[in-house]
Amino acid sequence: MNRMSLRTLLLSLLAALVLAGCQSTGDAEVAPEPEMQEAPAEAAPAAPPMVTPAPRPVTNEEGFPLDASGRPIGYVFYFEFDRTELTPRARALLAEHAEYLKENGSVRITIQGHADERGTREYNLALGERRASAVRDYLQSMGVASSQLRIVSYGEERPVDPRSTESAWSKNRRVELAY
Amino acid sequence: MVLAFSGRRLPSLLLLWVALALGPLARGELAIEITQGVDAPVPVAVVPFAWQGRGRPPEDLGKIIRFDLARSGQFAMTAPEDMLSLPSRPEELYVRDWRVQGIAYVLLGSVRPTESGLEARYALFDVFAERLLFDETLEAPPGQLRALAHRISDRAYEQLTGIPGAFSTRLLYVVAQNIATEAETFRLEMADADGANAQTLLKSREPILSASWSPDGQTVVYVSFETGKPAIYLQEIATGRREKLTDFEGLNGSPVFSPDGKQLALVLSAGGNPDIFVLDLETRKLRQLTRHFAIDTEPSWTADGEAVIFTSNRGGGPQIYKMNVRSRAIERLTFVGDYNARARMLADGRYLIFVHRQDGIFHIATQDLERGTVQILTETSLDESPSVAPNGSMAIYATRSNGRGILAVVSIDGRVKYRLPSTEGDVREPAWSPFL
Repeated sequence: MNRMSLRTLLLSLLAALVLAGCQSTGDAEVAPEPEMQEAPAEAAPAAPPMVTPAPRPVTNEEGFPLDASGRPIGYVFYFEFDRTELTPRARALLAEHAEYLKENGSVRITIQGHADERGTREYNLALGERRASAVRDYLQSMGVASSQLRIVSYGEERPVDPRSTESAWSKNRRVELAY
Repeated sequence: MVLAFSGRRLPSLLLLWVALALGPLARGELAIEITQGVDAPVPVAVVPFAWQGRGRPPEDLGKIIRFDLARSGQFAMTAPEDMLSLPSRPEELYVRDWRVQGIAYVLLGSVRPTESGLEARYALFDVFAERLLFDETLEAPPGQLRALAHRISDRAYEQLTGIPGAFSTRLLYVVAQNIATEAETFRLEMADADGANAQTLLKSREPILSASWSPDGQTVVYVSFETGKPAIYLQEIATGRREKLTDFEGLNGSPVFSPDGKQLALVLSAGGNPDIFVLDLETRKLRQLTRHFAIDTEPSWTADGEAVIFTSNRGGGPQIYKMNVRSRAIERLTFVGDYNARARMLADGRYLIFVHRQDGIFHIATQDLERGTVQILTETSLDESPSVAPNGSMAIYATRSNGRGILAVVSIDGRVKYRLPSTEGDVREPAWSPFL
């Protein structure tokens, strides 16, 4: 096998592995790694395929970690009425946040819990706190230090949509991460 | 930023009452939106009071009393322009002028300035029995004409119904403006029960909720987010002096004075989940009442101070429970429906008033604790925060109408209803004062 085709083989192997590693269930689009590692110029014995880890997010001006396509990793998670369980999608996004937080141990976030306006105000404060706790507990279970995580509940006091419609309510039943 | 005020008067009614032509109340700017009255309201005439001072009277006493009695929903008030004569003393009253219109009671009187303030002489006359029910005088310091009028309303109401009037009481409520925008503001306000004399007690960029009165009406406690999270504050109304009472990690919520004013029941979640605690205001010691992994919140006291009723979802969804403060024995009170919260016990201990969800709609309801039957009082939806007048006759609560938060009042038997919309913004979290 000559040098050129070995390099080509390695490059295409690399491309295939990076493409596979970039797939995620969150908002990030699948995109190839822009820069490829060149194989060393000398002939080398066939090395085992290199697995390139998922790209490390950098952050935007507000400190939010960005995904591979440069957008903030999804930081709002929604809930069913009177429920506090995380959806699979939420867990996937939180896993990405957990990765970032573990690598940047000095970064602290506030986990803000909310509820929609239905029902009583103080009970909704408790619901919001439950939801924020669910997110905090999940991040901790993924290895994030508790010192990096702070929770606060706003109950129904801080809606994103103040209307009294199902659509508004579903937008208000949320937890937001604040970096 | 937070601003606390002490007794600063705002120029006019902040809690604006919608002026509708309502027959007997037509052309009064203090008209309200009565949506339901009793089937056979008793016809009552409050004759414009004679003013024996110089110039115009500082307030129209008769109008204030007329509005008070109208708001009870139990009386049909005669408009002054429909009155055939305007007596100000019982001797001047000509029975036929009232009997011919089917009016059952006539309240009349006069006010004069004295050296020390004001003096009102007023009388209530039973037209059909042709009998004077009372003929009295009442004094007030200068500038207290509205308070004087409310005392006369209380007197008349008690004479006619047997129940003490609650017209000399006040309301606390929160006004929220520009919600969900950068310009969001919140104000804790206090006003007379008829909406007059609105004053701002606290102004903030952060939410305020759960305001409640001390039994002597001198102090309020509330939850404020001014530190970025909910904390409990105490504020003296007359001086504006504030004190932060609790600011533990997590929730600090639902502060409520005990009937003797010496303790507060409140909610803390610093232990990992919201539980009910009691704070001794003298020793500042905390005692934990509930110890359960469920949400326990929204406590209130029974009239004898022996028990605390509260909302808990320990059974799955929110229901009302009662705990004896000494023995810690807990019993569940509500069994109808899957969402019952924010309960207050009526003073007789027989009825509970609370938020009850039926078919997805949040109403104010009462439950007869002896029979277990539930009666829904309201036709509004998204109801919350019921607060009972100290005479047990009416409850004020928050609800939504036409896209904004309003207050509404319903009688405990559900027969009388009226609404209090505000042009200032969203109004919520009402609390009715004790007798003052």
